[in-house]
Amino acid sequence: MSRAALVIARLTLREALRRRLLWALLGLTVLLVVATGWLFGRAAELTPFEGGERQLILSQLLVMIAFMFSFVLTMTGAFAAAPAIGPEIENGLLLAVLARPVRRSDVLLGRWIGLALVLVGYALAAGYLEVAVVALTTGYAPADPLVAPPYLAAEALVLLTLSLAFSTRIAPVASGSIAVVGFGLAWMGGIAGGVGDYLHNDSLRTAGTVAHLILPSDTLWRGAMFGLEPPPDVLAAAGSQARIFTVSPFFAGTPPPPLWLAWCLAWVVATLAIGAFLFRRREL
Amino acid sequence: MEPDLGELAIETRELRKQYGRIVALTGLTMTVRRGEVFGFLGPNGAGKTTAVKLLLGLSRPTSGRGQVLGAPLGGVATRQRIGYLPELFRYQGWMTAREVLALHCELARLPRPSWPAEVAEALELVGLADRSNDRVETFSKGMQQRLGLGVALLGKPELVVLDEPTSALDPVGRQDVRGIIGELRSRGVTVFLNSHLLTEVERVCDRVAIVDRGGVVAELAMTDLVAEGGIRIRVTGPVDAKVIAGRFGPTRQDGEWLVVASIADAQVPALVAELVAAGGAVHAVVPEHRTLEDRFLALLGAAPAQVAAPAQVAAPVGGSADPGTLP
Ligand SMILES: Nc1ncnc2c1ncn2[C@@H]1O[C@H](COP(=O)(O)OP(=O)(O)OP(=O)(O)O)[C@@H](O)[C@H]1O
Ligand SMILES: [Mg+2]
Repeated sequence: MSRAALVIARLTLREALRRRLLWALLGLTVLLVVATGWLFGRAAELTPFEGGERQLILSQLLVMIAFMFSFVLTMTGAFAAAPAIGPEIENGLLLAVLARPVRRSDVLLGRWIGLALVLVGYALAAGYLEVAVVALTTGYAPADPLVAPPYLAAEALVLLTLSLAFSTRIAPVASGSIAVVGFGLAWMGGIAGGVGDYLHNDSLRTAGTVAHLILPSDTLWRGAMFGLEPPPDVLAAAGSQARIFTVSPFFAGTPPPPLWLAWCLAWVVATLAIGAFLFRRREL
Repeated sequence: MEPDLGELAIETRELRKQYGRIVALTGLTMTVRRGEVFGFLGPNGAGKTTAVKLLLGLSRPTSGRGQVLGAPLGGVATRQRIGYLPELFRYQGWMTAREVLALHCELARLPRPSWPAEVAEALELVGLADRSNDRVETFSKGMQQRLGLGVALLGKPELVVLDEPTSALDPVGRQDVRGIIGELRSRGVTVFLNSHLLTEVERVCDRVAIVDRGGVVAELAMTDLVAEGGIRIRVTGPVDAKVIAGRFGPTRQDGEWLVVASIADAQVPALVAELVAAGGAVHAVVPEHRTLEDRFLALLGAAPAQVAAPAQVAAPVGGSADPGTLP
């Protein structure tokens, strides 16, 4: 990695700090944590269920909250990345930068690193806080409480990458919107695939696979869900009661296979490469 | 006589740039020697900014080739030795002027210990020292252009490319820029100046290229321009002054003045003597200093309103800024 990319990454971080993006995120996190604490406190008090069932219900509630959180994260990533390149070409800011010994790919990579650091930092901090607050207010902890937040961070990173790659060529509103719609479609594709699995329907399964190949955010979301679920023995103890959960779109029976995780990584690298290619061919 | 390559700061051969169906440059061939202040003139849309972007590797030519500071166009390392003020200048608004300059020191890979001195010098040179800790977004347009000039001068570049460096500046700022360019010239720095402010170019440049519709229509040294003068003379009396003067050079009537183009200085007394001998009364003889504007307009064959705003072009004494007297 070139030095110029690191300079741009640092510049991006400084800008996030100076423009109070980090502070806004911090404020949002506090709000989120307080709201979650209150909600789960009430839920824990009011639920008539006991033992494994109680655990399952709390885990589902947590997954739903996490889904909302993943959406917020994705929006943050997509809309932070959407204006990262294009407007700076149009307003001339990049003319002065690119006239230095700096490649366009350095600018793209630097932007990506800087934004990714902000996003991942935020996702991990807020994610772990959430898990901790739920554990404190309800006593519910996922099988491995460390697993879900990195998946959530990675999911948002996928959409950030997509939005950044598009931002080299199209207007910020468009590239942010594409990322958000893509997020929704990929999620629905994942549900189609899940239903296909359950019903043994090949065309639904294929739809799910294709969605995961085109935009692998849902693969990572499934990892996050898996990371928020109760340990297998709790599920087993709940017996037939647990079956209703296993067909829910908010349930993942297994973590994403390593091959799919590798695909996520390859997808991010390839998308950045496409972004660099698009950027290189753009007239300043 | 081709100057050898080491002496050339810029050399281009048949550079062509096409944006879709628009041909911005049809085939740019020019040379700029090291240490020269080179003016690049032309009407709006002539391709000046496009040429600059090609020179800096900000844009790739459709065809043709060129060298800048001895390296082929588009080289990343060469940019370390070039300072650039874009026509569309803009710097990180959330940073202070000082921080922007430091950022460019870093991007230009200047050794870190030299940054404070470089930054201080640049701030001083462009007159922003007392605003150096203010955010750039609070700057006026002219102050931002001054900052851009400071950025372009960081690290003692060998070549400084200025794309209309005074477009946002007040008259004092323009004079400052002329001073800075003069200073660069005395340090042996090559300056490539894009402008359509002809008087400005006239005052600072050693040589100019005039471009129109994507190609160079003339390349001339400023000294040639001065030598190309003539005289205007006012004669009364029973003589056909035009016929007599016509023997010394192309002549035309301009009100009560007679303009004799390209008459050699040594010939002027002879002309006066002949006129007097023929019974004419010579009231005044004024050397006609040919301005860049005359030349510019003649070359482009355009009415002044279509080219650079005439209001910005001061007519030197004896010059003919009056459209009615255009050659
Ligand atoms: N990015 C671009 N896309 C399409 N056409 C362009 C682009 N940049 C420049 N052009 C076209 O190329 C031609 C030359 O433009 P350029 O900016 O080089 O002119 P200029 O000589 O700098 O003009 P001015 O004096 O107004 O600054 C114009 O016809 C312009 O429309
Ligand atoms: Mg221009």
